Amino acid sequence: MNFRIIVTALFAVLVIVLPWLIPSFLTFEFTYVGAYTIAILGLVILIGNSGQISLGHGAFVAVGGYTVAVLLQNLGLPYGFSLPIAALVCGLLGIALGAVALRLESVYLALATFALAASVSPLLKRFKHLTGGVQGISMPSAHAPPALAHVMSNETWFYYLTWGIAAVLFALAFKGLHGRVGRSLRAIRDSEIAAIAFGVNPVLYKTLAFGWSAAYAGVAGALLAIVTAYVSPDVYGIPLSLTLLAGVVMGGLDLMWGAVIGGIAIEFLPLWAQRVNPALSSVVYGLAEIAIMMFMPIGIAGALMRIKAARL
Amino acid sequence: MQELAQQVVSGLATGSIFASMALALVLIYRSMNVINFAQGEMAMFTTFIAWQFMQHGVPIWLAVLLTLIIAFLGAVLLERVIIRPVEGAPPLTIVIVTLGLLTTFNGLAGWIWGYVVKAFPSPFPSTPIQIGGVGFSAQDLGVIGVSLGTLLLIYLLFSRTKLGLALRAASLYPAESRLVGIRVSWMMALGWGLASVVGAISGVMIAPVVFLDPNMMQGIIVYAFAAAVLGGIESPVGAVVGGLLLGVTLAILGAYVDFIGTDLRLPVAFGIIIIVLLFRPAGLFGHVQQRRV
Repeated sequence: MNFRIIVTALFAVLVIVLPWLIPSFLTFEFTYVGAYTIAILGLVILIGNSGQISLGHGAFVAVGGYTVAVLLQNLGLPYGFSLPIAALVCGLLGIALGAVALRLESVYLALATFALAASVSPLLKRFKHLTGGVQGISMPSAHAPPALAHVMSNETWFYYLTWGIAAVLFALAFKGLHGRVGRSLRAIRDSEIAAIAFGVNPVLYKTLAFGWSAAYAGVAGALLAIVTAYVSPDVYGIPLSLTLLAGVVMGGLDLMWGAVIGGIAIEFLPLWAQRVNPALSSVVYGLAEIAIMMFMPIGIAGALMRIKAARL
Repeated sequence: MQELAQQVVSGLATGSIFASMALALVLIYRSMNVINFAQGEMAMFTTFIAWQFMQHGVPIWLAVLLTLIIAFLGAVLLERVIIRPVEGAPPLTIVIVTLGLLTTFNGLAGWIWGYVVKAFPSPFPSTPIQIGGVGFSAQDLGVIGVSLGTLLLIYLLFSRTKLGLALRAASLYPAESRLVGIRVSWMMALGWGLASVVGAISGVMIAPVVFLDPNMMQGIIVYAFAAAVLGGIESPVGAVVGGLLLGVTLAILGAYVDFIGTDLRLPVAFGIIIIVLLFRPAGLFGHVQQRRV
C-alpha cells in the first residue's frame, strides 16, 4: 500500500516539474500524452473492468472536440464552460450506445462500435453548416489566464490544465473502480449470470461504464481541440479509434496507470519511428507494436507488475 | 427497370468482393477467435506482387497463379513467425498484432511501389455482355463468377475433404483434435494461408476497378468486416450472403436515395446492420450461445 502512495507521489512531482526541464515543443507533446491518457483511462474502465469492447471511442473524442469548437464559434462560449458540456454530451451519447451494447457481445459489439468510428468522419463532412465540412473549424488560439500569463507560457498552461484534469479524472476512476461500482463491473465481466445472482444489476452498470468512458473520451477530445485550436473530420477517422485501442492494450487493459503508459506509447512511438527511418516509419511503428505485444502480451504495465511480483 | 438490373449486378460484383474478403476474415476468426485487421493490406500487398510479375512480362493468368502460391506460403510463414508466439495471448493482444501488421504492410508497399495510383489490367474483356437486352459489364460478371467459384471451392474443401474435416475439428475442439493426432497449430497456419489466397483473389479482381495503391483495400476491409459480422462471424455462408446483401444495398442506396448519395452510404449501411443485429444479436446465420455460470 505504501509502495503505491510513494510511486504516485513521485509521479505527481515528475508531472509537475517536467515542463520546466524540457523544451516547449516537448511540453506540447506531453500535453497530448495527457489527453490520450484520459481517453485510454476511459477504455480501461470500459474494456478492462466491464469487459465490453469498443472500437469506436474516436467518435466520442470527435464529439468532444466539435462540441467545444461549435459552442465557441456559434455562442462564443469559452472552454471553461464548454469542456464540462462536452463531457456531458459524450456521457449521454455513451449511455445511448451502452443501451445498444446491452444486446450485443464480443465481435458483434466490436462491429457496432466500429460502425461509429467509421461513420463519424462522413457525418461531419456531410452536415457542413454546423461542422464546417471538410475544412473543419479553426478556433482563435486560447491563452493562459492573465494572472498566470507572466509566470508560464501558453504551452505550459495547457500542459497543467490537461494533467490537472487528468489527475481529477484519475482520482474519480480510482474511487469508482475500488469501490462498489468497480466490483460490480468486474463481477459482470467475469460472469454476468453469477453477478445477477448476487444482486448486481448488469443493465445499470454496463450502460454506466459506457457513459463514463465516453465522457472521458469527450474530455480528451475537448482538450485536444483546445490545445490544437482546430478540428477537422479526417483527424477522427477509424485510425484514431484503433490507435486508442492499441494504446489501452499496449499499456495494460485493467491497470489504471497503464493508461499513462498507453498514452506515452501512442504519442511517442510514431515520432520515434519517424526518427529511426523517415521512409519506413510506418513499418518501424508496426513492427514495434508487434514486438511489444509479443514480449508483453498483457501490456507494458502488466509486464512491469509481473517483474515487481517476482521480486517481492 | 433496365437501370435497376444494372445497379443490382454492379452491387453483386462489389458485394462478391466484400463476400470474399469477409470469408477470409471468417476463416481466421473460426480458427483463433480474432478479426484479422491486416487481411485487406495482405490482399493489397499480394495484388502488387501480381502487378510486379506483369511488369516483367508474365501473362496475367500465370501472374495471378504465381501470386496465389506466394500469398499462401507467405501467410503460412507469417502465421508461424508472428502469430504463433502470441497464440495463447488474450484475443485483443492478437488483434493489436494484426493492427501492427496492417501498418507494416501499408508502409512496406508504399516504400517499395510508392503511393502513386497505378492502373491494373482487367483479366476480363471490356465489351459489355448482353443478357435479355440489357448490357452488363463483363468485369462485373467475371468478378461475380470468380468469387462465387472460389467460395464454392472453399466450401467443398471444408465439407468434402479430410483436410477440411481436420480444419473444422481443430477450430471447434482443439484439445480433442490434438488427441486424435491433428496438428492444431499447423491448422491455424493453414487457415491463414487459405484466407490469404481468398484475399489475394479479391484483390486482383477489384484492382482494375479501384486501381492499385497501398490504400486500395482500406474501404473494402471495413465493409468486409461488416459483412462477416452481419452474416454471423462463424458462418462462411453468412459471410457470402452478408457481402452480397451489403453490396446490393449500397448500390441501390447510392443510386436511388438522393439524400444519402455517396457521402452517407457508409453510415446508413452501418445503421441498418446495427438494427439487424439488435434483432439477431449473432448475425443472420449465427446462433446465440447459451452460457452457464
